[in-house]
Amino acid sequence: MKTRYFAAAALLSAALVTIAGCASGNPLGNGPADNGKAKSSTVIIGSLNYPESEVLAEIYSQALQGVGVKVEEKFNIGAREITMPALKDGSIDLIPEYSGSVLTFLDPKSTASSPDDVMAALKPILPSGLVALDPAQAQDSDVLAVTESTAEKYNLKTVSDLSSVASKFTVGGNPEFQTRQAGIVGLKSVYGLTFGGYKNLDEAGPLTVSALANGQVQVADMFSTDPAMDEKHFVALEDDKHLFAAQNVTPIIAKSSLTSTIQTALNAVSAKLTTPELISLNEKLSQGQSFQQAATDWLKAKGLK
Amino acid sequence: MNYLSWLFDPANWTGVSGVPAQILAHMAYSLLSLAIAMAIALPLGIYIGVTGRGTMVIAGIANTLRALPSLGVLILAVMLVSLIFTNDLAYEIPAVLVLVMLGIPPILTNTYAGIQATDPLAVDAARGMGYTPEQILWHVQVPCALPLVLSGIRSALLQIISTATIAAVVSLGGLGRFIIDGGATSNYPEMIGGAIVVAAVALVVELLLVGLTVLVVSPGLRRASQRARRRPVEPTTATIAIDLTP
Repeated sequence: MKTRYFAAAALLSAALVTIAGCASGNPLGNGPADNGKAKSSTVIIGSLNYPESEVLAEIYSQALQGVGVKVEEKFNIGAREITMPALKDGSIDLIPEYSGSVLTFLDPKSTASSPDDVMAALKPILPSGLVALDPAQAQDSDVLAVTESTAEKYNLKTVSDLSSVASKFTVGGNPEFQTRQAGIVGLKSVYGLTFGGYKNLDEAGPLTVSALANGQVQVADMFSTDPAMDEKHFVALEDDKHLFAAQNVTPIIAKSSLTSTIQTALNAVSAKLTTPELISLNEKLSQGQSFQQAATDWLKAKGLK
Repeated sequence: MNYLSWLFDPANWTGVSGVPAQILAHMAYSLLSLAIAMAIALPLGIYIGVTGRGTMVIAGIANTLRALPSLGVLILAVMLVSLIFTNDLAYEIPAVLVLVMLGIPPILTNTYAGIQATDPLAVDAARGMGYTPEQILWHVQVPCALPLVLSGIRSALLQIISTATIAAVVSLGGLGRFIIDGGATSNYPEMIGGAIVVAAVALVVELLLVGLTVLVVSPGLRRASQRARRRPVEPTTATIAIDLTP
């Protein structure tokens, strides 16, 4: 009998520990009451749930600390579906975002594609209380990639160049790329390309990279800042008809937290951030460097620290 | 939103990516994997059951296979195999490999357990009647082990059918296509429809195999198992498999 009580107690405490673990593991654990107090002095910086977003958030964080702003870091929160509500309810005040992704998140029907058009379309539809600061030149956008040898063999430089070979090529990408406008659907309606086949793989992850490198697919949906683009000598085809929306790195910040000091510091970061720099930041991360170190090195190299 | 709308839309039941075509693809991977798993596990299981050798080592290895995460093994295998094959074999071989890995443990465990559990009196009687060890194996031990072996094959096939959905992760067809693609595009009716079809296919296959068991198992053994059924607690296939795990 004693054993049974002991087992029950052990089970109960295990369950409690699990529940407690959930509570402390929640990146948005602070209630709104805490945020109200923090708001006056501290900027809470969030990030999306992948390394590039985290290193950008870390750069913002260190840049703000450099000008004497108090910050609190809540990185790796989740997808945009979670971070946008968190921005709106004040759980976080600042996040590095991508202009085109925020635009299509807020307005799925938007067709703006050039960097200026995207920013112009984005600013008026941001939820009240939020503001987009200057976009960086750096972009992490969808690109159609081919291998170096394919590009040379068929003389491919732009997406339009695919027209003569598309029927022989199989495209690889994530399942949603096959059904969305900025994907196979748009490649057909905007470029008139009908491909020989489509392979549902992952989001520019190891499956897609190996399929493109090893020849299971000839064209793949990749991200422009992916270190694999360099490592595997992939060629990004120029999106000459602007199917894919521009994805400039853009800080989104709560108006209530915005001061001129903060604005100047963040705009200084954006002014120096280019796509090649973003690629080299991603490379350092994939080699195992910490976000903090990569961010510090970049800020020092740019004279911002 | 009507979650069953996708399932009852006739447009989803025709064409190369319709439900019937995907059921065929799904069953092709599943049955091929089962056949390979049986070709490996049955002889090994009989060997272990008869000789009693290798129970610890081989059965131990087979059971660790159960613990390997299928998805992880699948992606790792694709990374390696795609270096060798540039066509779809780069995805088909890893998918079948993962399913074979799942199919081996239940068949192997149930085969050697079934043979070891043959009534020693029956074996003695056969030996007394002048049966050679080989005849004892094929005419006494294997028929006596058959109900357990078949239930091992049944649980292997069910596990294979439900796991074959992960073939869709590496671009292959099958019923996982609906679940993965539906999830990626937030098309929940498609996901739910795909999941229901997988469950239905598994149920139908289960019923067919139960029917097959009734046909091939000796009536004498069936009566024995009916007697056993009257006992208060009847061990299920799963508990038998776990109980006999060394």
